[in-house]
Amino acid sequence: MHRIVNYVKAVNEALHIAMESDAKVITFGLGVDDPKCIFGTTAGLKEKFGSERVFDMPVSENALTGVAIGASLNGIRPVMSHQRLDFFLLGMDQLVNNASKWFYMFGGKRSVPITIRLILGRGWGQGPQHSQNLQAWFAHIPGLKVVMPVTPYDAKGLLLSSIFDDNPVIYLEHRWLHNLEGEVPEGDYRVPIGKAHVIKQGEDLTIVSLSYMTIEALHAVDVLERQGIHCELVDLRTVSPIDWETVFQSVKKTGRVLALDTATETLSIAGEVVAKVSMELFDALKSPPRRLALPDFPTPTSLALTEKYYRRAEDIVNIVGEMLGNNLNIKEILDSRKSFHDVPGDWFKGPF
Amino acid sequence: MTAIVDIDTKRKMLFQLKRIRAVEETIAKKYSEGKMRCPTHLCTGQEAIAVGVCAALRNDDFVVSTHRSHGHYLAKGGDLKKMLAEIYGKATGCSGGKGGSMHLIDESVGFMGSTSIVGGTIPIGTGLGLSIKLNGTDQVSCVFFGDGATEEGVFYESLNFAVLKGLPLLYICENNFYSVYSPLHVRQPSGRNIFEMARCFGIESSKGDGNDVIDVYSIVSQSVDYIRTQGKPIFLEFTTYRWHEHCGPNFDNDIGYRTCEEYLWWRGKDPIALLINNIKNNNEIGDPEIKNIEKIITEEVNEAFHFAEISQFPHSEDAFTQLFKL
Ligand SMILES: Cc1ncc(C[n+]2csc(CCOP(=O)(O)OP(=O)(O)O)c2C)c(N)n1
Ligand SMILES: [Mg+2]
Repeated sequence: MHRIVNYVKAVNEALHIAMESDAKVITFGLGVDDPKCIFGTTAGLKEKFGSERVFDMPVSENALTGVAIGASLNGIRPVMSHQRLDFFLLGMDQLVNNASKWFYMFGGKRSVPITIRLILGRGWGQGPQHSQNLQAWFAHIPGLKVVMPVTPYDAKGLLLSSIFDDNPVIYLEHRWLHNLEGEVPEGDYRVPIGKAHVIKQGEDLTIVSLSYMTIEALHAVDVLERQGIHCELVDLRTVSPIDWETVFQSVKKTGRVLALDTATETLSIAGEVVAKVSMELFDALKSPPRRLALPDFPTPTSLALTEKYYRRAEDIVNIVGEMLGNNLNIKEILDSRKSFHDVPGDWFKGPF
Repeated sequence: MTAIVDIDTKRKMLFQLKRIRAVEETIAKKYSEGKMRCPTHLCTGQEAIAVGVCAALRNDDFVVSTHRSHGHYLAKGGDLKKMLAEIYGKATGCSGGKGGSMHLIDESVGFMGSTSIVGGTIPIGTGLGLSIKLNGTDQVSCVFFGDGATEEGVFYESLNFAVLKGLPLLYICENNFYSVYSPLHVRQPSGRNIFEMARCFGIESSKGDGNDVIDVYSIVSQSVDYIRTQGKPIFLEFTTYRWHEHCGPNFDNDIGYRTCEEYLWWRGKDPIALLINNIKNNNEIGDPEIKNIEKIITEEVNEAFHFAEISQFPHSEDAFTQLFKL
C-alpha cells in the first residue's frame, strides 16, 4: 500500500489534481513552463492544461501579484510560484495592502483565494538575497494564512487545502526538502490549514519546529532517544494561524519547550511560540523556554561564514542538554556528517 | 554609426575582451572543483558591451550592475584578484566573502556594487545620478541591466524620475533575448523595441550591436559627451547573446529552450573575433602582438586564481560583523 514519492512530485501532484478538479485554477510564475519547471514542481501542467491556464510571466512580481488578486475577485484561483522568496518581495505591496485586507476592508464581500508558493533557500552560497526565510513577515499580517509543509504528505495535502481555501495563502516550501521522500496517497486529500502535527511523542521536553528545521530536529530527537531523553516533536505545519491547542497540550505534559525556526531570531515565529507558552503556561513550565533560530544578521555567502550561522541537529542537542542540566553527546551527529555544512546531505545534489 | 576608433583604444579593448573571456572560461573550467560555492552567472559572449561602455567612461564615473556582473566589474577596472577571491569565499574578496559572485564592488574605480534581485540596482544607479547632480560634479552614473529587468516596475519609475530631474544617467540594457529560460516573446509583446519604448519617457535612446565593441564604444562615447554637457539621461539597448547556461559553467542548448542553430549563429558573431577581424583588415595589430596579449593575460589570470585559492577563508565569527557602521 505504501506509495513513496518525493516532495517535488507531491507538490506537482497537488497542482495536477487542483487544475483537473477545478477549471478556474491557473498557475503562473517565472519558469513554470520552462525546461526546469521550477525544480520539477510544475512539470506536465502546460501540456495537460494549456497555455491559457499555465503560463510564464514577465519579470514583474508586483504587478502580477495584483493581477492574481484581481483575477481571484472574479472567480479565478491563481497559484503563483516564485523560485525564491526574495524575488517575491517586490510583490509585498499588493499582498499586504490588498490581498490580506480586501475581504475585511469592504465589510466581508469578496475574498481573495490566491496561493503564493515561495521557495526558501539555505546554504551553498545563496547569500544575503537568495535565502531569506521571512515567514514571520507574512504571519504578522492579519488576513494571510501561512503554511510550511515538511513532509511530502503534508506538501501535497496542504497545497490542495491552500488552493481551495477562499483566502490568500502563502505556501512556503524549503529547497532542502525538495528531495525528501515519503508516503503520499494517490488522489485528492487535504491536510487542514491550522493544524500542527505531533511527529514524535515524548515526556521530557517539547520541541516546536517548522519547515526544514524539523528535519534537523528529527536527527536530534533520535540521538537524544539513545541517550535516554524522550522529546516530543511538534511540527507546526501552519505558522499562521498557529495550532496553539496542540502546542499547549504538549508543553503541559513535558513542562519544557524549545522552539526552532529557519529565520533570524528576533520577532521570529519561534519567539511567538516562546511568548505565548510563557504567558499561557507559566505555572506548568519547569525551565525557561528556549528558542533556536538564526543570528540576527543577513546570510553571508562564503562557506566559512555560514559555518556558525546555520543551525543543525547538534545545536538542538546542546540546548536540550542545557535545559535538562545534562551533558549530552553530539559526537554521533558530527561523525555522521560526510559533506560540507552548506549542503543538506548525500541525498541532495542540487542545483540550488 | 560606427565611428573611427583609434588603434590605442582598440588595443585596450581587445585586451579587456580577451581578459574577461579568459577569466570567465577559467571559472567555467574550474567550477566543478566545488571551491566556488555560490551561484555564478558568466558573461561569455556578452563581453563587448561591458568593454565598449567602460572604455568610454572615466574612472570616477559610477557603475552598478546585476547578477551577471563579472564583465562590468573587470571592464571598469575592478581588481581581478579581489573578484576571484570573493567567488572563492575568501577574506581577501572584494566583499570579504559576505557577497559572492553576485555582489561585487570596487569603489576605487567607481564600481559601486552589483546585486542579485532583478532590477534592483536601476534605482540605485539613478540615485547615484541624483547625488552627482546635487554635488555638482560632471560624473556619469551608468546602470547595466538585462532585458528581463525592463519588465520590473522599478525600471519605469526610475526612468521617469531621471527624466523628470535631468539626471546624468547612462542606462545600458543588455538584451540577450532571455530571462533564465524564458524567451523575450513570452514576456514582452513581439515587435517591441525596448529602446523605443524607453524613448516614450522622454529619454534619448538608441540601439546598437552589442557584439561589436567598436559600435558599442562609438555610441557610448557620444552618449557620455551628451550626458556630461546636457545633464540629461540616455538609454541604450545592445543586443547580444549568452553562451553558457543562465547560471553555471555548462552549455544548455540541449534542454530545449533555445536552438543549437541560434546558438551557433551567435557564436559566429564572437565579439573577440569581430574586433580582431576589424583590426586585421586595417593592418593595425599583427599576430605576434595578439599572442603577446594572450600570454600576459594567461599569466595574470593564473596568478589571480592562485591568489584566490591560497587566500585564507574569513573567520567564521566574521559573519557577525559589519551589520552597522560604527
Ligand atoms: C526580482 C527577481 N525576480 C526573479 C529573479 C530570478 N532571476 C535571476 S536572473 C534572472 C534573469 C533576468 O533576466 P535579464 O534581466 O534579461 O538578465 P540576464 O540573466 O539575461 O543577463 C531572473 C529572472 C531575481 N533574481 N529577481
Ligand atoms: Mg536577458
